[in-house]
Amino acid sequence: MQTSSVKRSKRVLAVALAAVAGIGLAACSGGSGGGGAAGDLTATGPITIWYSNNATELEWGKQMVEAWNAENPDQKITGQEIPAGKSSEEVIGAAITAGNAPCLVFNTAPSAVGQFEKQGGLVNLSDFDDGASYIEERSGDIAKQYQNADGDYFQLPWKSNPVVIFYNKDLFAAAGLDPENPKLSTYDDFIATSKTLVDAGVAPFAIQPAPTSEFFQMQFDFMPLYAAATGGTPLIEDGKATFADDKGTEVAQFWRDLYDQKLAGQEQYQGDAFADGQAAMAIVGPWAISVYDGVNFGSVPVPTPEATDPKDVWTFSDAKNVGLFSACENKGTAWNVLKFATSEDQDGKFLETTGQMPLRQDLPTVYADYFAANPAYQAFGDQASRTVEVPGGPNTVQIMQAFRDAWSKSVIFGEGDVGQSLTDVATKIDQLATQP
Amino acid sequence: MTSTVSDPRAPVPSRTGATGPASGKGKGKGKGKGSGSGSPRAKRSVAHRIFGRQPLGLLFSSPYLLFVLAVFAFPIVYSVWISFHDFFFAAPGANPDRPFVGLDNYVAAFSNPAVIRSFGNVGIFLLINVPLTVVLSLLLASALNKVVHARTFLRVSFYVPYVTASVAVVAVWLFLFNGNGLVNSILGPLAPSPSWLINENLAMPVIAIYVTWKQLGFYILLYLAALQNVPKELYESAATDGAGRIRQFFSVTVPGVRPATLLVLLVSTVTGANLFTEPYLLTGGGGPNGASASPVLLMYQLGIQQGQPDVASAIGVVLVIGVLIIAFIQNRLVGERDS
Repeated sequence: MQTSSVKRSKRVLAVALAAVAGIGLAACSGGSGGGGAAGDLTATGPITIWYSNNATELEWGKQMVEAWNAENPDQKITGQEIPAGKSSEEVIGAAITAGNAPCLVFNTAPSAVGQFEKQGGLVNLSDFDDGASYIEERSGDIAKQYQNADGDYFQLPWKSNPVVIFYNKDLFAAAGLDPENPKLSTYDDFIATSKTLVDAGVAPFAIQPAPTSEFFQMQFDFMPLYAAATGGTPLIEDGKATFADDKGTEVAQFWRDLYDQKLAGQEQYQGDAFADGQAAMAIVGPWAISVYDGVNFGSVPVPTPEATDPKDVWTFSDAKNVGLFSACENKGTAWNVLKFATSEDQDGKFLETTGQMPLRQDLPTVYADYFAANPAYQAFGDQASRTVEVPGGPNTVQIMQAFRDAWSKSVIFGEGDVGQSLTDVATKIDQLATQP
Repeated sequence: MTSTVSDPRAPVPSRTGATGPASGKGKGKGKGKGSGSGSPRAKRSVAHRIFGRQPLGLLFSSPYLLFVLAVFAFPIVYSVWISFHDFFFAAPGANPDRPFVGLDNYVAAFSNPAVIRSFGNVGIFLLINVPLTVVLSLLLASALNKVVHARTFLRVSFYVPYVTASVAVVAVWLFLFNGNGLVNSILGPLAPSPSWLINENLAMPVIAIYVTWKQLGFYILLYLAALQNVPKELYESAATDGAGRIRQFFSVTVPGVRPATLLVLLVSTVTGANLFTEPYLLTGGGGPNGASASPVLLMYQLGIQQGQPDVASAIGVVLVIGVLIIAFIQNRLVGERDS
């Protein structure tokens, strides 16, 4: 009895599964022809935009939306925070697949843009008559880093957080170091200073970048120093990994020395190591200035193998951009809002409110008054013109994860030869970079 | 041991009584009609097979059936389909080519050493977690069953970790097990180096113990329920036969809760195989060096972060098959055997 009922239910299940499979296949093969207005770049009307949920960007975003809406009552913007999720990129990716992405997202990570483009989620801004020219006039040479392989812009380079070294002046003084002129410009100096700090017992670690395995963590240890060591060489050039050379090895060996000598922590710290005095230094961008309000800190450019004039030091951009999404119905309005939100006036307000750097050329001269009034931000304004971006293309995250896994093994946990590990992962990345 | 349990319950009936109460009315009637009537009977049995004895029942169960089809059957079939195609998520109007690629995604997935390693990791996890869960929850449930005072308090205490979000509890464990955490402070010079969560040999065992501890309350409840169904008389007669406490536990309690044991085995294996939150949070993305990466964590990295849902689906399909095989073996070893 029992067995027969099991058999029967199995049969019912099989029929049901077959039916569902049929539906699934039909759903996959069918459904051609998306929105009718997909190609129309001139339509105007109300649009929705998403912005980041951190307090200062939110303040700027609301102000921008209000300013636009006051002048364009027939093309109102509805602004909202990016819905919560593990990361903004996942939320946006899901929205693209579901077909309900907003018109503009003022927090599009360059590492995700290649995938969004492949998914058909983004509008090619170069298709607007003044698309490429607007972007290039605003951002200058740096804009080129944000093109895809065909030279098209699927993102508007918006703002950067050039990564530098923050150091805790109080801890430096406690360790007997000069807090106004810290010796941090060369690798040797940096390590010697780190050793002094840890030996003096002022903090458990000299510096504590996240030692965890997430792909994006390489943006805050390898990338800034590699950009600095090479004078702005990207990770991948002409489809080939660049970093498996002496410079790359030198950077990796520098970090490995810090980990080997326990000057950097191998274990993730719960909370902010710099704010909590667990580390005497941090490797961060200008967003952190307002966050580290309670710390008496100074900032210097990232170290280089030999002392480089701070005016020539490159670093990682930590940029966030704006994408115009294909699900948007009123793309004409969206493009105009994009230009409005990145106008000289709005960029100035953004700089003032958030302390982050609009990706606009000649930043220090355009907003000379601001930088005169806020000297802490001056170095960043200058640094913003010398930043390197993550590699483009649909496999960026895969490439970065491959690098991170190799880095974790050979640099953080000190297994095997650093140079060999970079060579191996470069071979792998060469393959990934050419895959569609 | 199994025979001693099933013997008293199933006295061999005489042949004539074989149809018994269990064999249902419908079947008896069908037999009464005779077997030579040919096609009408066949027709009836087809309808009978599809709609069952109570066609109305299908109507009542249809909302749930639809739910299962929509949120379980459809995705699982779809993911099998994805795993055999060159697939990525795309905007509704994009319509990219999605050619059939045979086993390419499976080859891509399992030529990646990290994927092989993750299956090894989850194997280690299950080897520690599942036996520990069964033993501890049965022991604690038996003890709780005998406790007279503070019963509710104890039950709630065991249950609280289970209902607390893993994200919150993970933070507590981080404070316990990180380099200068409580555990290492207590251990002093005996503390492992490198510390627990960044030690390739210890990260997965710590996660396994963490999950065991966290889920224990749920399995204790299952066992507590099962223990209520073990007849008191069995303990009394065992005592009469001179069995001590330990003997009673092994000869009466353990066989008496066997269905619950099977359930605990299956559920802990299935949840264990789906391990994600702990390596994601406790060891910072499957660290150190992928020593605590689980297949589901890699599916997340590949499918969601890296835009390769096809390869991720291939891993998922293999994982499902693996879990089914383990469940089948568990069912064979522990489950009730139908005669």
